[in-house]
Amino acid sequence: MGAAFKETKLPADAPAGHKALAWVDDRFPLSKLWNDQWGKYYAPKNFNIWYLFGSLAMLILVLQIVTGIFLTMHYKPDAALAFNSVELTIMRDVPWGWLVRYMHSTGASAFFIVVYLHMTRGLLYGSYRKPRELIWVFGFAIFLCLMAEAFFGYLLPWGQMSYWGAQVIVNLFGAIPVIGPDLSLWIRGDYVVSDATLNRFFAFHVIALPLVLLGLVAAHLIALHEVGSNNPDGIEVKDHIGPDGHPLDAIPSHPYYTTKDLFGVSMFLLIFTAVIFYAPEMGGYFLEYNNFVPANSMQTPAHIAPTWYFTPFYSVLRATTADFMYVLMAAIALYVVFVWFKSRLSFKAKAAVAAIALVLIIGMLPQVLDAKFWGVVLFGSSVVIIGLLPWLDHSPVRSIRYRPNWHMWVYVLFGLSFVALGYLGTQLPTPAYTLISQVCTLLYFSFFLLMPWWSAAGRFKPVPTRVTFHPH
Amino acid sequence: MSNEKQVDSGRRGLLVATCAAGGVVGVATAGALVSTFQPSERAKAAGAPVEVDISDVKPGEMKVVEWRGKPVWILRRTPEMLASVTKNNSLVADPNSDKVYQLDMPAYAKNEFRARAEHKEVLVTVGICSHLGCSPSSRFAEGAQPNLPDDWHGGFLCPCHGSTFDLSARVFKNKPAPANMDIPPYMFLSDNKLVIGKDEKGEA
Repeated sequence: MGAAFKETKLPADAPAGHKALAWVDDRFPLSKLWNDQWGKYYAPKNFNIWYLFGSLAMLILVLQIVTGIFLTMHYKPDAALAFNSVELTIMRDVPWGWLVRYMHSTGASAFFIVVYLHMTRGLLYGSYRKPRELIWVFGFAIFLCLMAEAFFGYLLPWGQMSYWGAQVIVNLFGAIPVIGPDLSLWIRGDYVVSDATLNRFFAFHVIALPLVLLGLVAAHLIALHEVGSNNPDGIEVKDHIGPDGHPLDAIPSHPYYTTKDLFGVSMFLLIFTAVIFYAPEMGGYFLEYNNFVPANSMQTPAHIAPTWYFTPFYSVLRATTADFMYVLMAAIALYVVFVWFKSRLSFKAKAAVAAIALVLIIGMLPQVLDAKFWGVVLFGSSVVIIGLLPWLDHSPVRSIRYRPNWHMWVYVLFGLSFVALGYLGTQLPTPAYTLISQVCTLLYFSFFLLMPWWSAAGRFKPVPTRVTFHPH
Repeated sequence: MSNEKQVDSGRRGLLVATCAAGGVVGVATAGALVSTFQPSERAKAAGAPVEVDISDVKPGEMKVVEWRGKPVWILRRTPEMLASVTKNNSLVADPNSDKVYQLDMPAYAKNEFRARAEHKEVLVTVGICSHLGCSPSSRFAEGAQPNLPDDWHGGFLCPCHGSTFDLSARVFKNKPAPANMDIPPYMFLSDNKLVIGKDEKGEA
């Protein structure tokens, strides 16, 4: 137990604000929380533009919660009323309802843009490397949570895309052998996506997932402020502590990064409001045209595609055809040979890898489990594998700045295949597109699965002991 | 002074028993919450059989009715359409519908026309793609057209992932959809009247 309670005594003529703060601080660690988490949180002084996206994600989270609360005041989670409550009541009847709705729908896309950029930053500067593995894992869980939030939320307007998108995704679970069909029935609560489904998705979207999301964001930030931020040079600023006990190359977040982040916020809001006012549908990418047609369980729209932020993973699902399974089986066999000869794993570990690969290859035979099941497995793996980065990267340096130049081209190739998958996912499937998405799927997975080798290969540049910083 | 070793085994036993009992209550409550996700009694009741009059369906035309919230197609095929089905036997993944289906495949539909022998021109199928549940669109015209092979004899195309089906709703080989579309149990009450969701064996 701590020391006995002692009231802080301030001089009688101290400002009322100071006295009030002292009174609170004696009872609740308000100043301590502020100083630990932001005010006296020392961050490296060489942050560049990539470091704006964390605080922007936080801003969008707040925007989504606030606009979401106001939308629930007019929205009706009922299959018979939902479409009109959005398209008529909120968009036309409620004063300024259209603005709140567009802020929320544009906010969803903005959230993913900012989070994808935030993750790219982590990838480029090795922000997930020891001791920041848990920051990455919590962040990855936030990403999963956001995907679920977006998916559940997209059903709520009850348009054709809402309806059929939910139908497709819920049926993904139907591909699981034995329990699949019953599982998707359980998730829907009916034989098709219906009122029961809409109601439960509403509950997940407005309360269950936001609670989880807030908890994860807190964990992400607490972990970050515990170990300290990485920086574009990927070196530890805590290795050089100044006489004041703080790292020589770090500055307190307040006021320095407060002002920098506020500049980022103003730039962001400039673009964000321009989209809200002039292009809230963003040519059918942010709000798909088919969603202006009420849900109809009798007719699938001629072209259904998920919203843009899901399409890279969705393309992986579509790329998995029966023929492609043989390519995958060959790829797995090759990978085992590669692990066997090129890794320093123990014999036991190598044998385990070979055994798992054998089970996978047998499972991929058309007589055992069909391509549909493996499509779902690959779709899930393409997301989950991102969370394993801290253990896949074996590079001796963190930042791309001190990696061999050719590493940049590996990242470029990975980025291109991710973007190509994303584009193809928005398009109708044709044989040529399927082939390209299959190639991109292989490249995507190779980036991660071969990372233990390529990330450690090549001539690394000397890493500086102090951060690179040029005062303006 | 240390209290490490002062464990009262009687109290420890009670503690374990209390935790176990609490755990049982917790699991049972979770079970109740999980069960609320199942289809409600009303949703189950809505799965009743549907009667359809098909006197207005001319040869080559299709009617869509709702059964269990899903579209059921009733297609009255022309002799040319039936001939195209036979031509496709070597091109489809499961010509005689021997795989395991979501709805038990009725024995009278296990043939190339996937229909009852006495009304083999009438195809009754759940118009839902076996891949991820989209409803394929009708592409009855023969010949080359966008998104379809050049030797197309008429059938269905799923807009979601490009699976193609013939006029017996059988999936072509090497498509995302693993199986033919489901055939619901159905029977004819008269020549132009049929009931979906029910046959001689009872309701689905």
